[in-house]
Amino acid sequence: MASKWNRRLDFGEGRVDMTHGSGGKAMAQLVDELFVAAFDNPLLAKRNDQAMFDVPAGRMVMTTDGYVVSPLFFPGGDIGSLAVHGTINDVAMAGARPLHLAASFILEEGFPLEALKRIVESMAKAARDAGVAIVTGDTKVVEKGKGDGVFITTTGVGLVPPWVVGPSGERARPGDAVIVSGTIGDHGVAILSSREGLAFETSIESDSAPLHELVARMVEVVPDIHVLRDPTRGGLSATLNEIAQQSGVGMLLDERAIPVRGEVTAACELLGIDPLHLANEGKLIAVCAARNAAKLLETMHADPRGRDAAVIGTITEDPHRFVQIDTVFGGKRILDWLVGEALPRIC
Amino acid sequence: MCLALPARVVALHADGTATVSIGGLKKVVSLALVDGVAEGDFVVVHTGFALSKLDPAEAEKTLALLRSAGATTEQLP
Amino acid sequence: MKYIEEFRDGAVARQLADQIGREALATRSYRLMEFCGGHTHSLWRYGIVQMLPSPVEMIHGPGCPVCVIPIGRLEQAIALARRPGVTLCTFGDMVRVPARDRKSLLTAKSEGADIRMVYGSSDALRFAQEHLSREVVFFAIGFETTTPATAVVVKQAAESGLRNFSVFCNHVLTPSAIDAILGSPDAREGRIQVDGFVGPGHVSTIIGTAPYERFARDHRKPVVVSGFEPLDLMQSILMLVRQLNEGRHEVENEYTRAVVRDGNARAIALVEDVFELRPSFEWRGLGTLPDSALRLREKYSAWDAEKKWDIPYERVPDHKACACGEILRGLKKPSDCKVFGTACTPESPVGSCMVSPEGSCAAYYAYGRLLEKRSKPTNVEG
Repeated sequence: MASKWNRRLDFGEGRVDMTHGSGGKAMAQLVDELFVAAFDNPLLAKRNDQAMFDVPAGRMVMTTDGYVVSPLFFPGGDIGSLAVHGTINDVAMAGARPLHLAASFILEEGFPLEALKRIVESMAKAARDAGVAIVTGDTKVVEKGKGDGVFITTTGVGLVPPWVVGPSGERARPGDAVIVSGTIGDHGVAILSSREGLAFETSIESDSAPLHELVARMVEVVPDIHVLRDPTRGGLSATLNEIAQQSGVGMLLDERAIPVRGEVTAACELLGIDPLHLANEGKLIAVCAARNAAKLLETMHADPRGRDAAVIGTITEDPHRFVQIDTVFGGKRILDWLVGEALPRIC
Repeated sequence: MCLALPARVVALHADGTATVSIGGLKKVVSLALVDGVAEGDFVVVHTGFALSKLDPAEAEKTLALLRSAGATTEQLP
Repeated sequence: MKYIEEFRDGAVARQLADQIGREALATRSYRLMEFCGGHTHSLWRYGIVQMLPSPVEMIHGPGCPVCVIPIGRLEQAIALARRPGVTLCTFGDMVRVPARDRKSLLTAKSEGADIRMVYGSSDALRFAQEHLSREVVFFAIGFETTTPATAVVVKQAAESGLRNFSVFCNHVLTPSAIDAILGSPDAREGRIQVDGFVGPGHVSTIIGTAPYERFARDHRKPVVVSGFEPLDLMQSILMLVRQLNEGRHEVENEYTRAVVRDGNARAIALVEDVFELRPSFEWRGLGTLPDSALRLREKYSAWDAEKKWDIPYERVPDHKACACGEILRGLKKPSDCKVFGTACTPESPVGSCMVSPEGSCAAYYAYGRLLEKRSKPTNVEG
């Protein structure tokens, strides 16, 4: 059967140009040959401007995120897989099962189609592996110089199982346990290692991963987890401080209990950055009643995404809402949120 | 000026640089400020330069002194 | 990480703290100045300050090269960065320091100035080699630890005839800062009292321990050159307490694994070749000091940004409410500053001490704010 397009898109040498965003034939071909082909599902195949599907009664969650990561490709992932994992995770942090994703692309004129294809195929694989489909999307092109190659916005919807009480940031209570699902700082270091000018070699890869299956196991065993959140930008310190503020509580963490890989520690020492300020893209924080901590941890350990889960601290009564850490030395220090980016320093 | 770390020299290069390892992480640093550096030596690294060699014997002496907190200190030159 | 983790052993730390507690006499005070910002940072980050017995008081000194750069010099750097065709390469530490009107290198960047963050001087040189159409200026800061690295790249640029590279030199000298503290009116008239110094560790890998001998001799103050790990600091504090108890005032070296008395001859020679003393240089907090800072020698003037471009220096006073100057001299603690934690925070810093990662205020804010410390008599007025 003859292809409906006169010429196949040149994914070798071709580049995005303004026609790809203009709504005409060129754009239709790009959508068809790249996006629909890669994301490959019945809803998307209908090629409507929207996807229509049945939804059972109950609580739905919706979330959206923009992905502007630079560099676009980094050890352990790329902007595409990150966009899928990040949005699935935001849905999962409500205790919900992800249903569908939408993805919109803003492409910069001149961006190589070869790189775009790699990104889209990576997204497709991430979505397939997670069992969630990208059912609708959009593409726009901006002039050269007005975008950083590609920006992706993903929106996700999901459903909260009826027995799940509903984790929420203001539900942490004094005495609760604070649990982290695995090692901290991996994504941040992977990104830094691929930035210009920092030039260090490491085997550390981004931990970018979908957490919905881990969460599904967790809420089955403990339906009333008080808070679930993934510590992305700003790292553990931002997430824990947010929760402390929302819940009006303090926290006391045990420095020794926080899992950090040796090379991440070394990279952070070298750059003068605190691993607790670095982004994580495949980890979560859970706050639960102390009596549930042991069985929650056991369940997490049984999941590939929760092998290194650990209790790292307790929620405390604190009108100042400080997140404090018991240092190796027995002294305490305050873990504050980072101001701006984590910049390497020489001092 | 403070942020300098001990690193182990893993490989020497012809252009006066060396690959060093800190906790498994590798970095290329300049040896322009030190001489007599061999593979396996430890150097103190700051902003991409090795500032001095680290003396393992002295490191062990210091550690021993620290661990025997309560012993009298000797006056070191 | 070898030679790092062993020096962070918590159990040994507690033993050392106990020992300091046993040896520090209750009948006198031990006012110890840790010169180096890295030491300040370590003291707070590891909670060492809380482990010390009350006779021992740590006073934070001016050894933060970011903090002591006066606003006027930062304004010059911003002016250079704003020039068309210029790329300013800077260490991350300087990027958020406020200049006039709370502007900074970061805000200049957002307004279109080409400012790049580098990890070291070599990165700036490489950038110049790879972008021959740009005029690349390296904003060089630092005490003696960092100066040799700048010397190396200036020589490399000169030897290869690389014309699009230059250095805006703000390297400063440690002994001059110590002189300024000990010789100041505040010190002579007893408003600051420092009993001993924790000497900078990495500066000393370059200059050795010999330069401190005249302070010990002439001012009769003990100096212990210290490593940066928490156990190094505690051992150094113990050594200072002992010297004071025994009435000694000598230079001792705790950081023997990296520092020798004569320093690094090769690095010293390189610095001597490339730089000369400026007759005077303004320091934030310490005033204008003679023979306290470096500039490129005449033979390297083609690589000197101040010779290449006319960027006049204008003295800009610190913000009225900012107590950085007094904090750098050891006269005030961060908590004594009227705007500490209120108008001046890391998000909206008024002075450099709050934004520099090695600044006293930043360290205190990050790690010590609201942690109760037994109150000590400080000899500070108002």
